[in-house]
Amino acid sequence: MTFAIETNQLRKVFGDNAAVKSLTLQVQQGEVFGFLGPNGAGKTTSIKMLLSLIAPTSGKASLLGASLGDRTVRARIGFLPEHFRFHDWLSADEFLTLHGQLYGMTPKELRQRINELLEMVGLTPFRNKQLRTFSKGMMQRIGLAQALLNKPDLVFLDEPTSGLDPVGRRLVRDIIHDLRRRGTCVFLNSHLLSEIEVTCDRVAFIKHGEVIRVVELKTLEDVKASVTIRAKGLTPEMINGLSQWGQDVRVDDEHVSMAVANEMVLPEITRYLVAQGADVFAVTPQRLSLEELFIQVLGTDGSL
Amino acid sequence: MNPTFIIARLTFREAVRRRIVLTALILGASFLIIFSIGIHLVAGQISQVSPRGYASIAQSEGINFLLLAGLYTITFLSVAMGALISADTLAGEINSGTIQSVVTKPVRRADVVLGKWLGFAGLLAIYILLMAGGVVISVKLQANYMAPNLIRGFGLIYLESLTMMTVALMLSSRFSALATGGAVFGLYGLAFIGGWVEQFGSFIQSQTTVYIGIISSLIFPCEAIWRRAAYEMQSPLSGVLGMSPFSAISVPSALMIVYAIIYALVALALTFSIFSHRDL
Repeated sequence: MTFAIETNQLRKVFGDNAAVKSLTLQVQQGEVFGFLGPNGAGKTTSIKMLLSLIAPTSGKASLLGASLGDRTVRARIGFLPEHFRFHDWLSADEFLTLHGQLYGMTPKELRQRINELLEMVGLTPFRNKQLRTFSKGMMQRIGLAQALLNKPDLVFLDEPTSGLDPVGRRLVRDIIHDLRRRGTCVFLNSHLLSEIEVTCDRVAFIKHGEVIRVVELKTLEDVKASVTIRAKGLTPEMINGLSQWGQDVRVDDEHVSMAVANEMVLPEITRYLVAQGADVFAVTPQRLSLEELFIQVLGTDGSL
Repeated sequence: MNPTFIIARLTFREAVRRRIVLTALILGASFLIIFSIGIHLVAGQISQVSPRGYASIAQSEGINFLLLAGLYTITFLSVAMGALISADTLAGEINSGTIQSVVTKPVRRADVVLGKWLGFAGLLAIYILLMAGGVVISVKLQANYMAPNLIRGFGLIYLESLTMMTVALMLSSRFSALATGGAVFGLYGLAFIGGWVEQFGSFIQSQTTVYIGIISSLIFPCEAIWRRAAYEMQSPLSGVLGMSPFSAISVPSALMIVYAIIYALVALALTFSIFSHRDL
């Protein structure tokens, strides 16, 4: 199977400054891939190289099996630029029509697709309004619709939730889930960890334009976790009994916290407490979050 | 649909939407009204103030002078319009990032350039037809005078505005809108003064001075195209009698016109090349 994205030592130098030092990565078709790194790590520059907006200084890359700059492959790619601006004197409808025509879509399929997309991003009531009257969030939504016009096999989203309120962020998340279900590969560039955590299959940590580590997010579930239990009627014997599943058992009134080997032990702990006669209100696992992983992998010094 | 056509139509629509066309039409109409009043007054009175027996010559010379003054103004306006509409088009869209969502579609970057060029060329054609046509019709109606070689003259005026627009487009593919505007008007000023030096040189028969004019026309051929246009449309007498900004003594050769066409084509080709290879 060909990769959706494959790069080999892709490099971009501006003057004396290597914005992207050496980017080597492979993204599978159909996966949601997070591209995560501090500001100035070369994320946007990398995306721009992949989309032939800027020419790499050296290295190789291919999209959907075709080398960079292949025009026919662009018909299968969607792109939402960061801080994008569009021809804001067009109405939402005209704007999507223009971009659909640039994709080479026929008027008929375009009509239907525009209706679908406006509905999906919740802009149907505003379809005849000029983009200049749109709020930042509405612009982000119309930009997203623009990126999906051609039912792409590969979508690049560069900071898609910047400027969005919680409702908008939820919408983007739902759209990404929907794209995954349809087998679309999503390349998500974001510095919002929570966003990557809930949407991505895999995430690459980028620093100075190099991939430091690629992590499968599912495996995060197997790692050591801590758990907080809220229960009433706990006796010292019960507390002692808990130590068979983990260490560092600490009690604070009706809250108990402890470290466990993995989340698999949580049902057992619950059953044990209930059998002992405690009233259990909550068992909350705290997994090693992406944020902790981020700090672990990239350090606390930000981009420097 | 052809991407070039899509971009050309977008360019056209942008000019309409952003009221560029409306502004040009209102100011153009005002210009034509002032011009028509002037022609009306002059046509009525010129024969009364001229020496006995020369009335008809004075009439046609005076009207021809005014007609060329009107056409010269329109030439300048169309050149300025060509520079202004294209100076910001690539530079502005690169700067704002608007271009990013366009060139990542399955289109060639050259399609984008050519589409914009065609859109502007269409706008300039309409503008010149309306304005220069308005001047000619006004003169015909009020003074019953037609200048010679009008079609050739109009074509040359159009060529001049196209040359300016193309050079501005080329610079705008590399530099900011302001730098582009400064550069093209600087070039225009250089060609303008070079043209005048050449006129005087020709008047006092100084060959060196004429060369200065020719060199400045080679650097930027716009003013030379106007002088050729004026030569085509002036009355046979005015070329002999004297010098004005609206007539030509030292006439640029047909070769200069060929040069101007090649100049504009090279500028367009350079725009393709610069824009296709630059980082966006």
